[in-house]
Amino acid sequence: MFGLGILSGLLIVPLAGAAFILTLGEESESVKRNARWAALITTIVTFLLSLVAWARYDIASPSFQLVESHAWLAETIRFKLGVDGFSMPLVLLTTFLMPFCIGASWLSVESRVKEYFVAFLVLETTMIGVFCALDLVLFYLFFEAGLIPMFLIIGIWGGKRRIYASFKFFLYTLLGSVLMLLAIMAMYWEAGTTDIPTLLAHRFPVGLQWWLWLAFFASFAVKMPMWPVHTWLPDAHVEAPTAGSVILAGILLKMGGYGFIRISLPMLPDASASFAPLVFALSVIAIIFTSLTAMMQTDIKKLIAYSSVAHMGFVTLGLFTLNEQGIQGALFLMISHGIVSGALFLCVGVVYDRMHTREIAAYGGLVKRMPLYAAAMMVFTMANVGLPGTSGFVGEFLAMMGAFKANPTVAFFSVFGIILSAGYALWLYARVIYGKLEKPNLQGILDLDLREKIIIAPLVALTIWYGVHPSPVLDTFAPATEALVQNMRTALGATQTAEAAAKAAKIAAAESMAGPESRNTVEAAAR
Amino acid sequence: MYHAIVFFPLIGALIAGLFGRYLGARMSELVTTGCLAFACLLSWGAFFLVTGDGRAETVPVAQWFTAGDLSVDWAFKVDTLTAVMLVVVTTVSTLVHLYSIGYMHEDPHRPRFFAYLSLFTFAMLMLVTADNLVQMFFGWEGVGLASYLLIGFWYEKPSANAAAMKAFIVNRVGDFGFSLGIFLVFVLTGSVGFDAIFAKAPELKDATFHFLGTDWNALTLACLLLFMGAMGKSAQFLLHTWLPDAMEGPTPVSALIHAATMVTAGVFMVARLSPLFELAPTALTVVTVIGGITAFFAATIGLVQNDIKRVIAYSTCSQLGYMFVGLGVGAYATGVFHLFTHAFFKALLFLGAGSVIHAMHHEQDMRNMGGLRAYIPFTTAMMTIGTIALIGFPFTAGYYSKDAIIEAAYMSDRPGHVLAFLATVIAALMTSFYSWRLFFLTFEGPERWAAHASHGHEAHGHDAHGHDAQAQGAHTHAATAHQADGAPGHHEGVAHNDKGHDVEPASHSAVEHHDHAPHKPHESPLVMTIPLAILAFGALFAGIVFKERFIGHDMDKFWGNALPHGSGNDIMHKIHDAPGWVAASPFVMLVLGFLLAFWMYIRRPDLPNRLATSQPILYRFLLNKWYFDEIYDRIFVRPAKNFGLFLWKESDGRVIDGFGPDGISARVVDVTRGVVRLQTGYVYHYAFVMLVGVAGLITWYLVSGVPAGVSGGAH
Repeated sequence: MFGLGILSGLLIVPLAGAAFILTLGEESESVKRNARWAALITTIVTFLLSLVAWARYDIASPSFQLVESHAWLAETIRFKLGVDGFSMPLVLLTTFLMPFCIGASWLSVESRVKEYFVAFLVLETTMIGVFCALDLVLFYLFFEAGLIPMFLIIGIWGGKRRIYASFKFFLYTLLGSVLMLLAIMAMYWEAGTTDIPTLLAHRFPVGLQWWLWLAFFASFAVKMPMWPVHTWLPDAHVEAPTAGSVILAGILLKMGGYGFIRISLPMLPDASASFAPLVFALSVIAIIFTSLTAMMQTDIKKLIAYSSVAHMGFVTLGLFTLNEQGIQGALFLMISHGIVSGALFLCVGVVYDRMHTREIAAYGGLVKRMPLYAAAMMVFTMANVGLPGTSGFVGEFLAMMGAFKANPTVAFFSVFGIILSAGYALWLYARVIYGKLEKPNLQGILDLDLREKIIIAPLVALTIWYGVHPSPVLDTFAPATEALVQNMRTALGATQTAEAAAKAAKIAAAESMAGPESRNTVEAAAR
Repeated sequence: MYHAIVFFPLIGALIAGLFGRYLGARMSELVTTGCLAFACLLSWGAFFLVTGDGRAETVPVAQWFTAGDLSVDWAFKVDTLTAVMLVVVTTVSTLVHLYSIGYMHEDPHRPRFFAYLSLFTFAMLMLVTADNLVQMFFGWEGVGLASYLLIGFWYEKPSANAAAMKAFIVNRVGDFGFSLGIFLVFVLTGSVGFDAIFAKAPELKDATFHFLGTDWNALTLACLLLFMGAMGKSAQFLLHTWLPDAMEGPTPVSALIHAATMVTAGVFMVARLSPLFELAPTALTVVTVIGGITAFFAATIGLVQNDIKRVIAYSTCSQLGYMFVGLGVGAYATGVFHLFTHAFFKALLFLGAGSVIHAMHHEQDMRNMGGLRAYIPFTTAMMTIGTIALIGFPFTAGYYSKDAIIEAAYMSDRPGHVLAFLATVIAALMTSFYSWRLFFLTFEGPERWAAHASHGHEAHGHDAHGHDAQAQGAHTHAATAHQADGAPGHHEGVAHNDKGHDVEPASHSAVEHHDHAPHKPHESPLVMTIPLAILAFGALFAGIVFKERFIGHDMDKFWGNALPHGSGNDIMHKIHDAPGWVAASPFVMLVLGFLLAFWMYIRRPDLPNRLATSQPILYRFLLNKWYFDEIYDRIFVRPAKNFGLFLWKESDGRVIDGFGPDGISARVVDVTRGVVRLQTGYVYHYAFVMLVGVAGLITWYLVSGVPAGVSGGAH
């Protein structure tokens, strides 16, 4: 259709849906209803379309597929899309989570309904764009553009401190992005293109790699978020509406990890290897410190937000182990965390819609009135804890195993995470779900209704299914991961040989000029 | 067949869990119990099949996940060790299911209860059939989850919630080591499958591994890390604190999970990995020492506990120590044999205690019992059998397995065996004493429940404050502690952390105790007494029937390749050469213990009080379980919470946000205010500022000696 491929379709469908919703008239009950249904149908169509893309995708190949390239800014900066083993699951995760977000906002959003759904659909386009872009400028564009709808979602439909939270979110992420833009420019001057496949094959000089790596790191670390630039996340989560939190935790946090795996690791292998200890240190600090912080939270959403930071610590830890287990574990954890943390935020939304508070102390004994809710919450809590048999286990386990291979000491500290996660997650569960139902205003609270059941049931099923049978996702990552690890080893090996050769050449040159005994004279002469 | 054994309990759990509310409680009970009974029959079939003609096999089920060179499968490894565990798990589980139909009949949440029980059984079966470490970890955590759910079954009780969390988290501390152990084994051998690991292990005997700044013998380190997991699950010294608290769960749960099966998972793990431990003698020494210490120390605490279930819980802890001693000295078969016999008599004791509690309308404090023999004769008989089996009375089950461990500990020449021998012999004395103390306090003597029924309940109302008062309570109430022990109805001050004081509510909503003033204890229904009878049969005869196969002449044929001993490990043969006094010592100890208990609780019932009064420090030390809970709270729990609070408020709030976004935005606002003040609107102000700027610029140029290129020449 118009020479556009299926990936373009994924970008266009949500925009078309958004455009349609904008054409609806003034805010009235029927318009609200139409907007909701239009948004839901759009996201479902997008999801189905992504399934079609998935069907056409060859899981065994490590190369980019479904590639399409259109003329854009210049011959070297094109509108180029494509997916590989790293991005395809993330695209699916995005399209999969969107209908749930729409469903979760069905009744809880009452004002500016049209604009709300438009913002979400635009956000979907930008998120899919990030994962599909095969041109750095395009990547940057989508990466940054996603900020705007999210900024609006938090700032307009958020809680009491929404303005503070939205600005904090925006400025934090923007600051990192500026550096990323500089790095992209530097790459363009160095390699003469922003085409990602070309850049993947390009070998940047080691000195430049360091600067580029740091610049990208600034952006991705904020997005992840890594300790100590994580403080925007709890605020953003607390203030965002439920669906905003789901997207924030489910997809937006994954962009940082995706950036690492798409740009930092393969394009800047020497710098990545050099900076791995820094990443390890920050990851371990994130795992231990934010878990402890999570334990003491009094706000349910904030607790889950901090636990997200800890889990992202496992992701960065796994990515920079530079071995198959670590990287695949990290990637799997990204998918799993997308499902589980998204589900947890949906669960918080369920009680928030009823009680309009997120204070842990305001709840207790919910299981008595809400047994279904308690069961679902138990599954997600256990997945958050990383219990084998849930999707949370596979990723964490592989990431830690990779870390142990790369650096046992780092793994030793990271494993504390499994004790602490049990601490904060079970304590939360005990305080909210268990206990005596004593609070008078909780006496009439109702269990999940049909809409909520439809939203939560698939997530429960998926959490357990991927825990028992994670191969569909892991095997998708496998070819790309193997290729990446292979390339990195070659690159690092080449650098070492080159360094050794250069050293040897220098010595040889000096020796051939004057012989070893008169090295001093040679050096003096050189000066 | 193995598929059926493992998955039938899961099917039962899913049916009861998902559709229990539509099926009703009775159907849920029948479905889960039926599924279990079926699995149990098949297990016995498998047991005789595997042990008869040594048909060990590995049954692949499915692939779990692969990443790089790591490949993890779902598969059942069935050899004699697994077959023994299958029989133990499914038999006890079936009986407990059956028993629970009677015991839980007042509870409105029976479908949930039976679903949990079956789920537990499934996870335990996954654990014992695992053919690789990761699948074992799956079962390991699965039973942990089931244990968490079942301890916290009466979720309205704060003490039950706290106990459930404690069980899970303390086990996670063990899993910390287990995980690292798995990683290390994978790094060393490139596999997580047992067969591949064992094949590769001999090459690694002298390998070293650098970890945390020290060079370790690689296999020793791996075994120690894995053993840490076993310590958590099997409630060994230092990681034992969760087990007594786990008695908050319903009594059938205590029998199944916290006596017969789950807590023996650690023993099973070490036995399963015996080819690895065999190559790491240092690790085995640690196993021996930890086992010996646990056997001794848990028995000392058991001496003074007043809650009937807690006495048995500490007894379990102590007996697990025996099993580890058996494993640690290299006599793996004795450890597993004791696991096998212990499952029968300990489940019997717990279910018997449950029957007593049932008879007493959910009273658990032995000081409010007494003289029950006349009212519940059948239960009394069953408890007698359980008791004599536990203390190792000749020809009962415990006699064969426990004596074999003590003899092995004596005959071994591994470091630590003397300590283990002494600890197990002294613990045998204490075992006999506390078992008979329990028996006499419960079934003999005056009927304290009639006179003190109401008083006793007052005491139980106490548990609400008791929980909060954790820290300071020990000191403030200490003064009254000396009234304790035999003094009926008296509620010694330290009961604040003696959570077992709590009454087990009939239904989960029954924390408020309906006053059932003078009641007559009644015998339990058939559905509860039949399991008791079957277990009693096992407790009497499991030893004599299976002795030759497990640890006697037929053991090589029986075990096949399941428990290979390294060359030079002939401990199993040396056992038979143990000197006469060693073989006789457990019997002497049990007689002494009996006499002592008889003297103190039947002949001179005032003596325990006087003893407690004359030795207040020792008494409080034991009653407070060596103060482990207080110490852990002080050095782990509270610092962690404080540090978390510090990280949140100070690190995140004040430092990162303070100097980061909030600080910067505050500065920006300041600067903006300043700039706003400068904008006066008068042209000459601007002109003046411009002039100053131009002057400054020129000055800078002159001083630094403009163009940068020229500057090089100036030098």
